[in-house]
Parts: sequence; C-alpha cells; structure tokens
Amino acid sequence: MDTGTILYLISLATMAGLYAILTLGLDLQWGFAGLFNAGVAGFFAIGAYATSILTTPGSEDRLGGFDLPIPLGLGAGVLLSAGLGYAVARICLRLKSDYLAIATIGIAEILRLILRNEAWMTGGNRGIAGIPRPFEDMDQPWGELCFLLVVAGFVVLLYVGIERAWHSPWGRVMRAIRENEEAAEAAGKDVIAFRTHVFTLGAAVMGLAGGLMAHYLKFIGPDATEPILTTFLAWVMLIAGGSGNNRGAILGAALIWIIWSGTELLTQRLPSDWQTRSSYIRVFLIGLLLQIVLQRFSRGLLPEKPPRPGGGKPG
Amino acid sequence: MAAMPEGSAVLDFVGHYLVPGLVTGSIYALGAVGISLLFGILRFAHFAHGDVMTLGAYLALSLVAGLGWPALATIPLAAAGTGVITVVLDRAFYRPFRRRPTIISVIASFGVMLMIRSAVQLIWGVEPLEYKPGIEKPLIFFGQLRIQERHIWMVAVTVALVLALHLMLTRTRMGRAMRAVSDEPDLARVAGISAERVIQVTWFIGGALAATAGVFIGMDSQIDSYMGWNLLLPIFAAAILGGIGQPMGAAAGGLVLGLIEELSSYPWIGDDPLISPDYKSGLAFAIMVALLIWRPTGLLRGRQF
Repeated sequence: MDTGTILYLISLATMAGLYAILTLGLDLQWGFAGLFNAGVAGFFAIGAYATSILTTPGSEDRLGGFDLPIPLGLGAGVLLSAGLGYAVARICLRLKSDYLAIATIGIAEILRLILRNEAWMTGGNRGIAGIPRPFEDMDQPWGELCFLLVVAGFVVLLYVGIERAWHSPWGRVMRAIRENEEAAEAAGKDVIAFRTHVFTLGAAVMGLAGGLMAHYLKFIGPDATEPILTTFLAWVMLIAGGSGNNRGAILGAALIWIIWSGTELLTQRLPSDWQTRSSYIRVFLIGLLLQIVLQRFSRGLLPEKPPRPGGGKPG
Repeated sequence: MAAMPEGSAVLDFVGHYLVPGLVTGSIYALGAVGISLLFGILRFAHFAHGDVMTLGAYLALSLVAGLGWPALATIPLAAAGTGVITVVLDRAFYRPFRRRPTIISVIASFGVMLMIRSAVQLIWGVEPLEYKPGIEKPLIFFGQLRIQERHIWMVAVTVALVLALHLMLTRTRMGRAMRAVSDEPDLARVAGISAERVIQVTWFIGGALAATAGVFIGMDSQIDSYMGWNLLLPIFAAAILGGIGQPMGAAAGGLVLGLIEELSSYPWIGDDPLISPDYKSGLAFAIMVALLIWRPTGLLRGRQF
C-alpha cells in the first residue's frame, strides 16, 4: 500500500475512534440512564475550545493561548464539560425527559452564539487555528499512527471502565432507575443523584471527545459544533449500533463514520454541481437511516444484553 | 435622544420596538400553538416543528414565483400544503411509535428534522432568498410613526387564526374531541372518539400554523434553510411559558416572548441597548431556564412535559 492509502485508513480509524468516544458518552447518558441529551454539540464544543485556548501558543486575537501541555488542556476541557453537565442535570433532571432535550439543545445553541460572538475569547468566526497535535514532529505515517493509538487507548479505557460500572451495583441501580423509576425510588435509591452522576460522567466523556478532536483536526471554529456533525451523527451511531451496549456504540460509530465519509469519497467524483447537492442527499439519507433503524431494528445491531441473574463473576 | 421632543421618543419606541415585538411575538405564537397542541394530543415534543416552518416558507416562495401572487395571498395554499405534508410525515415516521415510549417519537422527530432541512436545501439551495426584493414604503401615522403595512397584516392574521382556533376548540365537535383526547385520553377512547382522526387534524392544524409563521418571516426579511432551527428554542420557550398543552397559553407565551426580545434591546438604562441584539435568541433560553427552575408548569399552569 502506498503512503496515501495508509494515511487515509489511519485518518478513517482515528475519526471513527473519536466518534466512538463521543458515542460512548452518549451511551452512558441514554443507553444506561435513559437521559435524552440533544445538545451533544455543546459538551463537545466546551472540551474542544477549552483545550484549544489552553494549549495554543499566545495570540493577540483572542484569549490565550497559554501554551500549556496537552494533557492539562484535555483535562481542563473534561472538567469544564462535566461542570456544565452537572449544572444542566441539576436543573432539568427533576422534569420529564423532553425538558432535558430542549434544555440541552438550548445550551448547545447558546454556546454556539457565544463562540461566534465573543471574538475576544474564541476568535469568533475565524475560530482557533494552530492547535498542537501530539506526535506531529514524527515522520508520516508514524505520528498519525501514534495519535491513533492514543485515541484507541482512550476507547479501550472507556470501554473497560464503563463495562465495569455497568456490572457494578451502581450500574444495576442505573438500569433499575431507567426501567422503573418508582420502584427504584421505593427501594430507597436517590434517583436524582444517580442520574446527575451519570449525566455528568457522560458530559465529561463528550468533552474528552471534543478536546481530542480539536487536537486531531488542529483547528476549531464555531462550525465544528454544528449539530449535524456532532449531536445527530452521535445519535445515529448509538441507535444503529445498539444503545445500552458499549460494543454496539463503538461498532455503530465505526460503521456510520465509514458510511458517512465513504459516501463523501464517492460524491467527490461527481461533477461539482452535483457535489454540493449530494452533501444534502447524504444528510437526508442519514435521517432516513435513523428512521429505518428506529422502525425495523429498534434495538440496533448489537442489542443490549441484560446481565444474567447470578451470572458473571462469582460472589 | 434627550434633544428630541417627548412625543417623537414615544413614537420611536412604538415604531422600532413595540411593533417589531408584536410581529416577532405573532410568529412565535403561531409556532408555539402547534407545539402545545401536538404535545397535548401525542405527548411528545415535536422537534421538527421549526423545520416545518421552513418548509412552509419555501412552499410559499415557489407559489410566489410560480403564480406571481403576493406572499400574503399564498398563505392559505402554503399552509394547507404544509398541513398535508405533516399529516403524511406523521403517518410515515411517527405513527409506528404510538404504542412505544414517547421519547422514541422525539428521536424520530430529529430524523424528520434532518430530512426536511436537507430536502429544502436540495430543492431550493442554501442561499438566503427573498419573496420580493426591494424596500416597501411604510404607512405613516401621526405624522411620524412609520409602520409597515405587512406588519399590520401579520399581527391581524395571527389574532384571527388564534381566535378561530379557540372557537374551533370550544365550539365544534372536532375541537371538543381534541380537548377530550388531550385531557382524558382513556375516557375519550371509551366515548368512541377516533384518536387517529383527532391526531390527523391536530397535525394538519399544527403544520398549517407553522407554515403561516414561516411565510411571515419571509415577508419580513428573508428565508434560509436554518430559519426554523433558529426558531425552535423561542417557540419551545413560548409553549412552556404558556403552559404545555394549553394552546391559548402558548399563543400568549409567544406574544410575551416576542415583546421581551425586542424590548430588551431598547436603551432602558443609558444609551446602549439593554441586551446586545446578538444575544436576542439567548434571552428566550434564559427565560426558559428560569421557568424550568421555578415554574415548570408555565404561567398559565399547564401540564408538565
């Protein structure tokens, strides 16, 4: 294989991995807890912008940059995103899920407004360029490969962590709350507290996805928080893969990303007039795909498996 | 501003803040009524409602271009067309989920939103478009108060539609059936009311009102494929403000919200706008959050989502 093909495959895998992280965050909130987050873009954006401002070299056009190490920037993004998730959870979790949906859309849209308008902080419409990518000094394709390994490492880490949580007493309470809130409450579980925890965790994971994406793309602008590319794609990935099943979430992310970027590759061969049109057809088809999955395969490719009673680890 | 006589300051306020507030409020009201009605009957938050507005606005655009009519005259056709399309969309994408948890319908409405928007972009493109280029001369009242004729029409049509809906809900058989399904679904079923028929009528009304709001936006400025998405937050805020499931409350909520948005950029303190116009749409969200915290049933004590 020539270097171009290898680089393309690596970028495909990296993007799929980044979306897998985002989808795992959504799976925590929706798959585990049945909490409807329609503002994935907002949490993603917080993570992305926080690390971008902290790790870029100084600039006069906007806040920062502070030229801090990348792990510090990512960590700050995760914390900020978790903080935002916590605040949203505190306000909305007492109410029915539709409220959470509209409130999270609101958060995401307000953030987009702020990112666009407060140019002193975010660079406004020009966004933030020159975000450092780890290993970018290495030769091609080794630098890209190392970054992919980091992303893959995060996916594995999150997968193992969430699986353990899923099988822990905490995970059992989460499912109990999702299936029957009243019964869980009657059993003495603090439903709101559990939901707040899981929503905050999910938000933190989305912030991580945003931060890593910013370092990977080396540029972040208000358009990167466009809901179609974040919120909706993550939802389609999760629903198609199978919500409540972490492997499903990862598989869905990989599969939908391959379809999404593969169709882009196809349409690039069309005459330019049809290229712009075909991007709308792609979005239309993603919407239609969501409908078909919802109606025909509502449990996704890898359905959630309820843990067998008494099964798993002894004791 | 201090140098101007008192009378003209009042007229300036009316012309530049109060009237635009009423116009924006009318647009929000028409959208919020649909959200509220649909929630009452189907019990799910219809997130594609903004994009239904977009669709109506673009249908009117084609009618304006094809028939050469003024935009206002295309409203009945555009509204009816959009109403029929929403009924069809319901059949294809929401009806399969009637017996499933309502949140599935909410997810489906996200898919519908993407599909409507990309279809609009495919058919009409992404560049902002206008019904009628050029500037219209405003009507002049009291020598100085300039009001666009279209603004008077928009507010008048909204008032008429909301009143008609109120009469329909309280006086007609179908309206009473709609209220019965909304308030007591089990009793309604026992009483032999066909829920599917009621649902169809509700979709038609919701879609038609949303389309009317979309055409109003086009009459006032321009239309683009994201216009409905940008209106989603305010119309939901208005529906919550008025109390979900209470169509008249939603209409009032829309009007109040529109007025608050426009009046917030009036220089109440000092010479600068109280709130920068860039953040006008943030205001709807702030109001919504405040409601969610302190009074989730809305001002008129509707249901909670």
